[in-house]
Amino acid sequence: MSVDRRALLLSAIGVSLGFAQDDPASVRPKPGDLLTKVGDAGKTPLTPNDIPLAAGYTAAWAMDPADNTVRSGSRLNQVLLLRFDPASLATTTREHAADGVVAYTSICTHNGCDIDQWLAKEQQLFCSCHESIFDPRDGGKVLDGPAPRALPALPLAIADGALVVAKPFTTPVGYERG
Amino acid sequence: MRRLIFAAWLCAIVMGLPAEALREGGQAPAPPPPPPRVPAEASREGGPMPAVLRAYAAVDADRLAHPADGDWLMVRRTYDGWGYSPLDRITPANVARLQPVWSFSTGVTNGHEAPPIVNNGVMFVATPGNQVIAINAKTGAILWRYKRPLPEDVVLLHATSRGVGLYRDKVYFAAGEAVLVALNARTGEEVWTTKVAENKAGYYMSVAPLVADGKVIVGASGGEMGIRGFVAAFDADSGKEVWRTYTVPAPGEPGSETWPNGDQWKTGGGPVWVTGTYDPETRLTFWGTGNGGPWMGDQRPGDNLYTSSTIALDVATGAMKGHFQYHPNDSWDWDEVSPPILVDYQRNGRTIKGLIDLARDGYMWFLERTSGPINFVEGRPYVKQNVFMSLDPKTGRPNVDPARQPGTGREAEFCPSHWGGKNWPPVAFSPKTRMVYVPANENLCTAMIGRPVTYTAGRGFTGMTNNLMIAPGADHIGEVQAWNVDTGARVWTHPFAGSTNWGPILTTGGGLVFSGGTQDRLFRAFDAATGDVLWEFPTNSGIIGQPSSFSIDGKQYIAVQSGWGIDSRTMQARLNRVRPGDFPEVPEGGAIWVFAIK
Ligand code: FES
Repeated sequence: MSVDRRALLLSAIGVSLGFAQDDPASVRPKPGDLLTKVGDAGKTPLTPNDIPLAAGYTAAWAMDPADNTVRSGSRLNQVLLLRFDPASLATTTREHAADGVVAYTSICTHNGCDIDQWLAKEQQLFCSCHESIFDPRDGGKVLDGPAPRALPALPLAIADGALVVAKPFTTPVGYERG
Repeated sequence: MRRLIFAAWLCAIVMGLPAEALREGGQAPAPPPPPPRVPAEASREGGPMPAVLRAYAAVDADRLAHPADGDWLMVRRTYDGWGYSPLDRITPANVARLQPVWSFSTGVTNGHEAPPIVNNGVMFVATPGNQVIAINAKTGAILWRYKRPLPEDVVLLHATSRGVGLYRDKVYFAAGEAVLVALNARTGEEVWTTKVAENKAGYYMSVAPLVADGKVIVGASGGEMGIRGFVAAFDADSGKEVWRTYTVPAPGEPGSETWPNGDQWKTGGGPVWVTGTYDPETRLTFWGTGNGGPWMGDQRPGDNLYTSSTIALDVATGAMKGHFQYHPNDSWDWDEVSPPILVDYQRNGRTIKGLIDLARDGYMWFLERTSGPINFVEGRPYVKQNVFMSLDPKTGRPNVDPARQPGTGREAEFCPSHWGGKNWPPVAFSPKTRMVYVPANENLCTAMIGRPVTYTAGRGFTGMTNNLMIAPGADHIGEVQAWNVDTGARVWTHPFAGSTNWGPILTTGGGLVFSGGTQDRLFRAFDAATGDVLWEFPTNSGIIGQPSSFSIDGKQYIAVQSGWGIDSRTMQARLNRVRPGDFPEVPEGGAIWVFAIK
């Protein structure tokens, strides 16, 4: 699905983010934001072709398209991009995907570790802190371990060939803090 | 202002101001509206200061060293770590009549591990969610509640607290984000706060502070994220740091030769998250240390002192006077954080000033404490252990079966599991029975394989994947074990056929052992001599809290928090994958329970 980026930018106006920080680097990804690889000093916007098919995740930040502010001010903003054959995705996940690319928070819903492993054989995401396993092809749902809920997804679209954020996170990013 | 003052009644009266005036800088969430006037102690706010707080008995060094029988002033009640109350009104003959006196909902879920600490009728309970509650121990009436908001992006992999420390008129609490907090015991107001370590780099705290020599002593967790562990002491009055001793030496320091590989000591692990014991005679404090980081030993060559060890620190300076490493170059996640308990025991006709530790590696270690070095006496497995082929008879150094040591790209199966024969839940020792009581998990093993991992501050640095397994033919997992410390012989074992055991233990002068720890939510009393179950009571949730005992007006009470979570829940979920349906979810939600003979 290709969406006019201006429409997405307009739709971002009036989105209530529900938290206090106004720092553009810390606010959660907004509709219309581009995505750029973690550690890419050149801030290159990612396209679907940058994400390897069925071969692990690419860690990324959202980036304000107006001034290229990378939203890396909060670790809760980091996302994992993965690409699959759209036919292999569950229906809702397919609706959130752009060219087979899906995005989830990198923050484990259990106690907030960064999800740090890709189980290649099973095509699953793994958090080594307490061994929670998530299914990226089915809404980030919990397959094993103590994580209490699915990974929040970040719906994507394509604008001018680049991956962009289509909607805010489907559920609040966060974890059990006691 | 980062603190929330619920004890606003006091300040309001003292300062003659409405509660809103207590806010500084306008950053705090709005305080709750003033409560309706109700009788004192029936509410957490409003009314004059309750009598039990007006009469609050300040804690001094002598009371910590020699507590009155009816008090429970520190996490294991005494510096020796016994978890023993001399109270003897509740006995095997009357315990069947034990009934709840009051209970109190903490308002939070997750693992409730702290003991109810009781000073002269005032109870202090720490819970997950950076909360400390003060309660009238006799009536269950709330006195004040302190809740410190956790940062939104806090790194906190074990969201719990294992208890508070008391000294003079203060209550000390280790907040999850690695900040040490001193509260006014009468009001719950923050007196000072001190940042202990950088939470963003993976340091977090769950330890109950140890108060000794006018200092508040803590360590930090975070071994899963490549921290460099330490024990640090802070001045009890001011919160100023007095000393800090790292559990992993820097180049040039003693032990640094066991880290031959470049900068690995900087991320070497050795976290500290269970309260140390203390010997006032030698002024040495003993702390257990966690495993090394990353988890696979082949990624950090050397013995890796002082990981998976007990260290003896001079309480005045923090200088390390002795150490004993249970196993070098850990590759099994055997975090040896339980400190040894101080018990003098008999061996071969000699009284040994001893240290005893039931280690996560599945061995029971009998050691000798001196004014400095820690000497090995003997070690033996207390659960199935297939990793150590033998121990060096002089030093206790294990001879490890290489086939049982996982490595990078090399899977190995080993028992006990990576959670250990016993995890953090503390043992208890009764001087009357001369037995040490152990919450063990038997028949569990792990298959683990390592993978390369690179360090990023505040991120996972374990570098492994594992699978929990039940040993073939196992008929139970959880156990309470009783061992005679003078003979080294096991006296009784109570197996739990359908459950693991995550229950810290209390033993009493009345000849009883109290513990929960099982998925059936039961709190139990055992006959300390025989192991017979004499009483049990189903609480709201599973009990992983440390039980305590206290007395008021001559009446003995037993107190404990019920609130399943953290590792007990993780293990439960893992086991339910192995044997679906046998290990269902345990109901969560915390509550404090107090029992007495009616
Ligand atoms: S933080 Fe991911 S499983 Fe616990």
